[in-house]
Amino acid sequence: MASLKELKDRIGSVKSTQKITKAKKMVAAAKLRRAQMAAEAARPYANEMAKVMASLAGKVTVDENSPKLLAGTGKDQVHLLVVATSDRGLCGAFNANIVKEARVKAEKLIKDGKTVLFYMVGRKGIPVIKRIYPDQISKHFDTTEAKTPGFEEAKAIAEDLTAMVEEGKFDVAHLFFSKFKSALVQEPTAQQIIPVALDTSGDEASGASTEYEPDEEEILTELLPRNLTTQIFGALLENMASEQGASMTAMDNATRNAGDLIDNLTIIYNRSRQAAITTELIEIIAGAEAL
Amino acid sequence: MANLHFELVTPEKLVRSDDVYMVVVPGAEGDFGVLAGHAPFMSTIRDAELSIYASEGAEAEVITVQGGFAEVNEKGLTVLAEAVS
Repeated sequence: MASLKELKDRIGSVKSTQKITKAKKMVAAAKLRRAQMAAEAARPYANEMAKVMASLAGKVTVDENSPKLLAGTGKDQVHLLVVATSDRGLCGAFNANIVKEARVKAEKLIKDGKTVLFYMVGRKGIPVIKRIYPDQISKHFDTTEAKTPGFEEAKAIAEDLTAMVEEGKFDVAHLFFSKFKSALVQEPTAQQIIPVALDTSGDEASGASTEYEPDEEEILTELLPRNLTTQIFGALLENMASEQGASMTAMDNATRNAGDLIDNLTIIYNRSRQAAITTELIEIIAGAEAL
Repeated sequence: MANLHFELVTPEKLVRSDDVYMVVVPGAEGDFGVLAGHAPFMSTIRDAELSIYASEGAEAEVITVQGGFAEVNEKGLTVLAEAVS
């Protein structure tokens, strides 16, 4: 059995760990509220954009002159997986879940004989992807500089992707991120971003008489990069909220576990202390009796 | 006459959402004013000033918008801008 001093040190160390996890939990809770508000505030724009895109795309005929963001490159060979993870750890299985989702997709594509490339956003996903697919990371977009992912970052990523598709570096792009459901539930999600996946099911014919200025195709050309940016921006915000949610939950668990550990150790400590006292007493009494 | 429902949205937030008399939008091919009951219309916008008239003859409230487009449908006018100031 461990000595009293060892136990005491152990309790001290667990206590200081608990302090860290507790602080991190509080920070995450505060950040979560802000991230959640940001994610919600961005929704009207995204919804509006999706609606307009759907109604526009229904009116434009796709041919080889169509913008690549809409029509794709006409091939389906090289798939780019844009994996958005966080820059910091201490958030439970958050990053692992996103990477896992991306891996499942990658495996499936590779089995179908496609080429898979990765575009990493955020720091935490890189080691895993690098280990499994050493030569397939085409780029890492660094977000460590930005405190919160803003529209500027989303725009930069979108421009990057647009440039890459124009050069024909890939044919289809998928975006992986974590959708924020609640502080407890985050859902790793895959979304096709290039070519644009359009929800034409809710397309009503009422907009048929709408006038366009300049014409539909010019508006669409203008809109496509913006739509891409919006999608990425939305994903980054969802990711941010999810990260904080996951972090909060993980840290709450860690704090509770540390508490349990401390309780157990304290009981053991007290028991050994009492045992030591009892032994000492017995020794004294036995010594006195022997005289 | 019923008022025009006007929404100004940026990626960060919903900037304005209320009923106004008229909005003058800086369209890519020229400014245009939107009153209630405007025909369905869509246009990209320039980086310029957007004027909101809360009621007839009222002083214009000016918002500078950057990059985006305006859509007019039966529900009203929606301006999506990348940034406002």
